[in-house]
Amino acid sequence: MKYLDEYRDCETAKKIAAKIAESATQPWTIMEICGGQTHAIMRYGIQDLLPDGIELLHGPGCPVCVTPLGKIDAAIALARRPDVILCSFGDMLRVPGSATDLLTVRAQGADVRIVYSPLDALTVAAENPDRQIVFFAIGFETTAPPNAMAIFQAARQNLTNYSALVSQVLVPPAIEAILSHDEARVQAFLAAGHVCTITGSAEYLPIAARYHVPIAVTGFEPLDILDGILECVRQLEAGEATVRNCYARSARDDGNPTARSILETVFEPAAQTWRGIGEIPQSGLVLRAEYAQFDAEQRFGLNGGTVPEPAECIAGEVLQGRCKPTACTAFGTRCTPDSPLGAPMVSDEGACAAYYRFRRVAL
Amino acid sequence: MCLAIPGRIIELTETDPLLRAGRVSFGGIVKTVNLAFTPEAQVDDHVLVHVGFAISTIDEDEAARIFDTFEELGEFQEPLP
Amino acid sequence: MNLSCPIEHHHGDTILQAHGGGGRLMAELIQSVFAEAFVGLGLQADADSAALDIAGPVAFTTDSFVVKPIFFPGGDIGRLAVFGTVNDLAMRGATPQAISLGLILEEGLPMAKLRRIIESIATAAREADVQIVTGDTKVVERGKCDGIYINTSGIGPLNHGSDIHPRSVRPGDALILSGDLGRHATAVMASREGIAFETNIESDLCSLAAPIAAVLASDVEVHCLRDLTRGGLASAANEIANSANCSLSLNAQAIPVTDAVRGASELLGLDPLYLANEGRFLAIVAPESADSAICELRNAGCEACLIGTVNESPRGIVTLTSELGATRVLDLLRGEQLPRIC
Repeated sequence: MKYLDEYRDCETAKKIAAKIAESATQPWTIMEICGGQTHAIMRYGIQDLLPDGIELLHGPGCPVCVTPLGKIDAAIALARRPDVILCSFGDMLRVPGSATDLLTVRAQGADVRIVYSPLDALTVAAENPDRQIVFFAIGFETTAPPNAMAIFQAARQNLTNYSALVSQVLVPPAIEAILSHDEARVQAFLAAGHVCTITGSAEYLPIAARYHVPIAVTGFEPLDILDGILECVRQLEAGEATVRNCYARSARDDGNPTARSILETVFEPAAQTWRGIGEIPQSGLVLRAEYAQFDAEQRFGLNGGTVPEPAECIAGEVLQGRCKPTACTAFGTRCTPDSPLGAPMVSDEGACAAYYRFRRVAL
Repeated sequence: MCLAIPGRIIELTETDPLLRAGRVSFGGIVKTVNLAFTPEAQVDDHVLVHVGFAISTIDEDEAARIFDTFEELGEFQEPLP
Repeated sequence: MNLSCPIEHHHGDTILQAHGGGGRLMAELIQSVFAEAFVGLGLQADADSAALDIAGPVAFTTDSFVVKPIFFPGGDIGRLAVFGTVNDLAMRGATPQAISLGLILEEGLPMAKLRRIIESIATAAREADVQIVTGDTKVVERGKCDGIYINTSGIGPLNHGSDIHPRSVRPGDALILSGDLGRHATAVMASREGIAFETNIESDLCSLAAPIAAVLASDVEVHCLRDLTRGGLASAANEIANSANCSLSLNAQAIPVTDAVRGASELLGLDPLYLANEGRFLAIVAPESADSAICELRNAGCEACLIGTVNESPRGIVTLTSELGATRVLDLLRGEQLPRIC
């Protein structure tokens, strides 16, 4: 497949890895933001190609992992209503809520449907005028414009039986939260290439300057990730700290203004709770007042309070790169993909699940 | 996050700006994709698709340029073991 | 005056509860639909059970079919029921001889659909050279069983001398895959609400009896055979590693996946190694037989290829070497793969 296969070429990967090894004169710690990048690093074994001193930390870029427990419980409560069809991306179905998950309540009779696109949920709404369709609108800035477009079109078409349970998060505030922590170990970032395809890279310039960290806008295929790592190492070795776009085939410096325009029409920034981390100011999106009638929590009178996590789960530490999943006392024993204690063990993008599923074997 | 896959536009099916859509081929399977966020994209262009929306048009020059950089990496290095 | 005729009006175009009731309607159904379609296939409809003449050891299998949609590109539930059963017998080295057919029909199923499925079963049985010797029909109320569920059993003599079973697997054995992965899952997904797409891909559904018979008749030393159904190559490999208490090492570069399957997998975030197939199998053979096995299978029409080897350890584990040369564990999934956007 064009624009995919060539970025998985083994010989080129080894070339870039050799250049990284040649360039690094000391150990460096680099964090990739995006769960998709974590997935690729694990699946292809990119850490194995890197010299020993280059450590990769896995960031909180997994919207599945950071969706607050209260929102999962709200989705489950809504799904259980006989008048509701809950539409969701497949990723959310196995995420544990306080007591159960969407897959289990589906087995118990709730109408929960997997959709590929928020527009599919709109279609379900149009075809089922006597039911309430709730779409579980999760994601980072990449998914926000599509989720916004579905709401915008619902308003245009007067689809009064459509609403969204919103849990949208923003990347730059999360990066700041990680860097401003006393025990911050991250020295450079691989910024999420698809997020930057929407937002552009301007928001990252002040972060790079304030915290003196190189930021490479990076794609998702093995060559992209290695290229992003090479750029970070180059800057770190040279004492530079700026934003460089290593994913220019998709991400323009000013992002996608058309997509941002719909996003800003429907959503506005607000404080957001990140599961395992806590509240980060201005780090989420909520519906603007003009679209409040499409907010599922308002429509169905849910108040979405905070819910405590299992004590043993150290998801927050893992998501902020302060420790590896293997440091958790429950990893692989009481917490596995079959019986997850927290969200990062559920989604393949989650660091814990990625470590478990793609674990290395001492050969 | 953000699984987005490159595909080639094989037909434009709707031209209303907000509903702009096209049939996009991913290695032979075809899906109708919303093109509202890529108003410049035309038939035969490659777009990056996330949850049924094209979020960017792939810049072929940039895509090629990165491989020139990778080529150059090879020229100044010791042979690989 | 209230006139109502006590004699049932015979709705010839839909399945009714009465069709499973053991009375006249059921007898008519058996005669006019099943017996007619299964002429020459050995149906012993006049007795409660079929009598068979099979000498020596036999292989015996059972399976149930609940596929949705009932009709999919490249096949239907009926064809699947016959070939699925035949393939299970072939995987043990048996010659498929006879199958039983248990139908559970939903009240309201159009007769035309049932006829189409029964015709398809008959055609598949003739292609696979297997008899349909006995059957059963039940009807459940509207809203149950998605139109039709099928249960089968299959039986056939074990003519082949050696023990084709995971216990025969040895370190050093070669892993041969009979063809490209994921066609069945992709064909079925293509029409599924919420993730549908256009494709020419058809299911890989077919009988594997002939290629298996060819390789068993040759000088290839076959240790184990496993057809790759739900859960795909990854699940089958894990089952064997577990049963045989050894390790299976797979090479990602060597595993064929056609472009359309790749396209669907990439789009939905699925891994082809876990996608369902209905006409593919893994053959584990002695290493010196590997080339011969590939040759025999290719002559029999399979695009066979070498995809890995059996190792002594890590026991019970399947490993996969990626396109970049790194090796990792290829686990069993908890359940079905779900499409993802992350």
